[in-house]
Amino acid sequence: MNRCPRKPFLLVKSTIFVVLAIIFSTSILTAFAQGQEENQPTENAGHKEVFNVSEVILEHVMDAHQWHLTDGLVIPLPIIVYSAEKGLDVFSSARFFEHHEPVDYNGYKLEHNHIYLADSRKAVLDLSITKNVLMLFINASVLLFVFLSVARAYKTNKGKAPKGLQSFIEPIVVFVKDEIVKPNVGPKYEKYLPYLLTLFFFIFFGNVLGLLPGAANLTGNIAVTLVLALLTFFITIFSGNKNYWSHIFWTPGVPHWLRVIILPVELIGVFTKPFSLTVRLFVAITAGHIVILALICLTFIFQSYFVGIGSAIVVIFINLIELLVAGIQAYVFTMFTSLYIGMAIEEHEHH
Amino acid sequence: MDLLTPASGLLFWQLIIFVALFVLLTKMAWKPILSSLKERETSIQTALDSAEKAKAEMASLKSDNEKLLKQAREERDHILRDAREAANRVHDQAQTDAKKNADRIIQDAKAVINIEKQAALRDVRAQVAQFSLEVAEKLIKKNLANDKAQKDLVESFIKELKLN
Repeated sequence: MNRCPRKPFLLVKSTIFVVLAIIFSTSILTAFAQGQEENQPTENAGHKEVFNVSEVILEHVMDAHQWHLTDGLVIPLPIIVYSAEKGLDVFSSARFFEHHEPVDYNGYKLEHNHIYLADSRKAVLDLSITKNVLMLFINASVLLFVFLSVARAYKTNKGKAPKGLQSFIEPIVVFVKDEIVKPNVGPKYEKYLPYLLTLFFFIFFGNVLGLLPGAANLTGNIAVTLVLALLTFFITIFSGNKNYWSHIFWTPGVPHWLRVIILPVELIGVFTKPFSLTVRLFVAITAGHIVILALICLTFIFQSYFVGIGSAIVVIFINLIELLVAGIQAYVFTMFTSLYIGMAIEEHEHH
Repeated sequence: MDLLTPASGLLFWQLIIFVALFVLLTKMAWKPILSSLKERETSIQTALDSAEKAKAEMASLKSDNEKLLKQAREERDHILRDAREAANRVHDQAQTDAKKNADRIIQDAKAVINIEKQAALRDVRAQVAQFSLEVAEKLIKKNLANDKAQKDLVESFIKELKLN
């Protein structure tokens, strides 16, 4: 560590520390509330039930139809369902709960975050604004707010040095443009720059917002990463030039019998790319959340203050690592997308 | 396994929101941001280029100045040399002229002196002749005042004649 830190550095350091302290204390509080909720009925029942760690953790990393902030503070979210039998229905998720007990509503049944028709147990098309969808809206709003104000700053601040939020965002935009997109996509990079910038900042902001206490695990959800990877996949497919496809279907420069073997490998390669993108981001973010939650849960497993203090200290550092991972995963996803697009549009003069 | 199965609702919303976000950000954020960044890049580049050009211009100006200075110096030297030569020439000319004049004056003076001398000599000769004649006359007057002397003289002439 720096022995004589300059003042701005100290300020940043202390700000980060305060933010992390809030993060970890609130996550402890939520976990504690969770633990209490789990434990209380057992005491009342008179027999000792094991604190179910995996259930607690999974509930935190997975999507839900209501936003469980802390014990007693639950935000009901709108349910939007469609089924051939009953048509489109919109109602609050609070209808599924009466005095904290799950109930059926209007012929729908909510079970393990899936909505069924109560009588036939048939799954319905669930387009509800779930916790992650709301998080998605929040993420999009934050992105819009930040970047529209930055864009406005470029207009009002025209021809001058950037300041405020603009000077925080600008180096990141320039970094994405010059260090990720330009070298990987190649000379025609400007066409893909808006998509890649949106991708980078969507993932980055999603990752960082997901670290906030009580926030939903948006970028650690496989549906989210799958959609992003599929968009990359389709962009790659549709921008692929003749060279790209000829390299896949009839690889030049190798013996004919070998081309037959290469063909399936290359074809699988086309699909493994989006698959790896999907899984990488999902796993990196979800695993980070699981590690933090598991460390916090240690406190409730051992029911000890000392373990609590110890795990809190470790959680601070894991949170720091998570901040790093938030940036790295956004970088990696954007970098690989740029690379795939670059491979698809590359011109081969030497063949 | 719920963790690994993408939910249809989230897929739907994610697609819609992300595409909408992409369209909005592209139109309202990336375009102005990227264009201003590019504008700034080009303005910095042109500023650098013009600075470089100004520097080159300054250098050429300086070399021009030096050339001019050198030329001026050469011209000055030239003018000085010419002036010195002209002065020398005038000086020489004056000297020779003066010498010539002096020579001529001396010549004239000599000629005058000569003429004067001749005139003086002529005068002297005439006067000497006059004096001789007067002396001779006086002598003759004195010597031939008596007859005897005249006779003696005639005799001496005759004697001389006899000798011849």
